[in-house]
Amino acid sequence: MKSLIKEFTKGIIKENPTFVLVLGLCPTLAVSVSVANGIGMGIAATFVLLGSSIIVSLVRDFIPDKIRIPCYIVIIATFVTIAELCMKAYSPALDRSLGIYVPLIVVNCIVLGRAEAFACKNNLASAFWDGLGMGVGFTLALILISAIREFLGSGQILGHTLFKGFEPVFVFGMPSGALLVIGLLLGFFNLLKNRKI
Amino acid sequence: MRNKFIVSGSPHIHKQESVSRIMWTVAFSTVPAGIAGVIIFGLNALWVILVAVIAAVLTEAVFEIWTKNKITVMDGSAVNTGILLAYNLPSNVPLWLPIVGAVFSIAIGKQVFGGLGQNIFNPALVGRVFLMASWPKYMTSFVKPFSYDAVTSATPLAALKEGRILEHISYLDLFLGKRGGCIGEVCILALLIGAAVLLYKGYISWHIPVTYIFTTAVFTYIFGARQLFQGDWLFHVLSGGLILGAFFMATDYVATPLTAKGQIIFGIGCGLLTAVIRLWGGYPEGASYAILMMNAATPFIDRYTKNRIYGVK
Amino acid sequence: MNLQEFLTIFISAVFIYNVILSRFLGLCSFIAISKETKPALAMSGAVMFVIVMSSAITWLVYRFLLLPFNLTYLRTISFILVIATSVQLVEMVIRKVSPQLYRAFGIYLPLITVNCAVLGVAVLNIDMFFVNGKQVAGSLYYSIFQGVCVGLGYTLAMLLMSGIRERLELCNVPKALKDFPLAFIIASVLSLSFMGFSGFKF
Repeated sequence: MKSLIKEFTKGIIKENPTFVLVLGLCPTLAVSVSVANGIGMGIAATFVLLGSSIIVSLVRDFIPDKIRIPCYIVIIATFVTIAELCMKAYSPALDRSLGIYVPLIVVNCIVLGRAEAFACKNNLASAFWDGLGMGVGFTLALILISAIREFLGSGQILGHTLFKGFEPVFVFGMPSGALLVIGLLLGFFNLLKNRKI
Repeated sequence: MRNKFIVSGSPHIHKQESVSRIMWTVAFSTVPAGIAGVIIFGLNALWVILVAVIAAVLTEAVFEIWTKNKITVMDGSAVNTGILLAYNLPSNVPLWLPIVGAVFSIAIGKQVFGGLGQNIFNPALVGRVFLMASWPKYMTSFVKPFSYDAVTSATPLAALKEGRILEHISYLDLFLGKRGGCIGEVCILALLIGAAVLLYKGYISWHIPVTYIFTTAVFTYIFGARQLFQGDWLFHVLSGGLILGAFFMATDYVATPLTAKGQIIFGIGCGLLTAVIRLWGGYPEGASYAILMMNAATPFIDRYTKNRIYGVK
Repeated sequence: MNLQEFLTIFISAVFIYNVILSRFLGLCSFIAISKETKPALAMSGAVMFVIVMSSAITWLVYRFLLLPFNLTYLRTISFILVIATSVQLVEMVIRKVSPQLYRAFGIYLPLITVNCAVLGVAVLNIDMFFVNGKQVAGSLYYSIFQGVCVGLGYTLAMLLMSGIRERLELCNVPKALKDFPLAFIIASVLSLSFMGFSGFKF
C-alpha cells in the first residue's frame, strides 16, 4: 500500500511531468490562457492517461515487443477519441476553445512516455496510481500556469475580476507570454532545488 | 595566429578607451534628441526619461547584487538602455509604464543572458515590444507637438496606414520634429547631431545605419504607392523611428554582427523588414521588430561572414 | 485557387502563426534539439519531409476513406496510424537506399511520429480546407503547400534558436536559468518580435 501511495505522489512533485520531466508542453502552453481551459485540458489528459495506463498494463504480456509502440498509440488514440466525442457532446464551448489541442493529446509525450516507461512493466494497481498521479500533476501544473496567465493577462481568475485598477498585461494572454511564464517558472523551481543562482 | 600575439617590452601606448567611456559617450550623444523631445512635448517627456533611467539602473543593481556579480551600474550601459527605452515611448504615458518597461528590458533583455556584453537582443527594444504588446492603448496615443497637454494625435505613419492624406506636414516639419510620435524619434536633426558625434569618434561604423536607411528608402520608393517606383521614400525615411533605430539601436555592439560584411547584411535585412512591416503589416511602424528579428539572426550571420584566417581553407 | 491565397498561407504559416513560436507544436523537439545547428538542421529537414508527406496522405485518407463512409470520428486514430506507418516505411526505404541520408536524419525519423507538429498540421488542414464535409477548391494543393510552409517555419525557428544557443555557450548565464528555462525565454522574445508581422495585408 505504501508503495502505491508513492507511485501516486511522485507524479505530483518529484517527477512532475511539466516542471521536472518537461514533457507534453504543447497543450500546456497553448491552452493555458484561462484557468477553465487549463482544468478542462487537465481532466481530458488525466482520463486518457489513466485509461491507457490501465489497458497497457493489462495487455502488456500479449503485445510483441517489436510493434509495441504502434499498439500503445492505437490504445491512446482510442481514449483520446472517447474524450473528444464526450467533450463535443457535453461541453461544446470548451471543445471550441481547446480546438486542435484535444486530438493532439495522442502525441502528448507524457501519455506515451508513461505507457512505455511504466505501465508496460508494472501491474495494474501500480499503473493505475502512476497514471492518476501523473494526470493530477499535469493538471496542477496547468492550473498554476493558467492562473498566472489569466490573472496577469486579463486581471481575472475564472472570470472574476480580483483587483480594481489593475491594468492587464495583455502579453500574458499571447503565445510569447506563455513561453515567458514557463521559462521563469522552470528557472524558479531550479532555484528552489539548488538554492543557488 | 593567436599564439603569434607578441607583447614587446615597455613602454606601451595606452589608449584611454574603455567600456564605460564608450557607453557614457553614447549616452551623451543622445542628449540633443532628448532635449528636442522635451521642447516638443513638454516636461512630461523629461519625467518619462528620468524614471526609465532610474528604474533601469536600479534593476541592474538589484540583479547584480542578487547574482553576486560585479556591480557595473556605473558603466553607463543601463543608463543607455533606460534612455533608449524612454525615447521609444510616447510622452503622455502613465509613469509606471516606463518603470515596468525598464525592469523588463534589463531583466529579460539583458540579465538573464549574463549581463553586459552577452545579451542576444537589444534590451531597450525587448522592453518596447513588451510594452507594445501589453498596453497598446498607451503606446499608440501620442501628444500633439507644442500643445503640452493631452491633445492626442496620430503619428504620420499611423495616419498613412489609415489612409488619411498628410497635406499639412512638410518634410521640414518632419526633419525638425513637428509631428506626433515617440519622445526621442521625432527630431531628426537632433538625432543626426548625436549620430555625427558617434561616427566621428569611431564608436559606430557607417555600415549598418547607411545600408539600413538606404534599403528602406529604395524599397518604399519601389513599392510604397499604387504604382511601382512612385513611393514617397523621403517621407518614410524621415518619419517613424527609422533614424533613431538605425543609428542608436541597430548599432548595439553586442547584438549585431562583427564584420563589415555581416553588418551590411544586417542593415539590408533590417531595412527590408522595416519597409515590409510598414507597407503591409498590421503595425504602422516596424523598426523595432525588424531590428529584434535581425538581432536573432546575428549569430547566424556571424557564422557565415567570419573572416577567413589567412592560409586556412 | 489563386496566388493571393498561397501568399497568405505562406505568411501566416511561417511568421504569424509559426508552428513553434505561436502554436507550440513540436515544442519538445525544438527545445531538445536546438542546442547545435547541425542536428537542428537535420531535424528540420526530417520534420519538413514528414509533414509534407503526411499532409498529402492524410488528405487522401480523409477525402476518400473517412468522408464517404461517414467515419470522420475516426480522424485522430486513423491519422496517427497512417503517419506512424508511413514514417516507418520511409525510414526503412531510406536505410536501404541511402545510408548517408539515413545517418543524417534517419535517427530523428521515428521520433517525429510523436511530434505534435505533424498530426497538428494534418488536423489543421482538415479544419481549414474542408467546409461542412466538402473540400474547398484546390484543397489538396493548399494542404501540401501549408505542409511546406509549416516546415519552413519550423526550420526558421530552429535555425535562429540553435544559432543563439550556440552563442550562449560562451555566456555567463545565471545557473538556475541554464538550458531549458533560458531557451523558453529566448523563444518568448522571438515570439514577441515575430508579432511585428501580425495583421499582414496585401
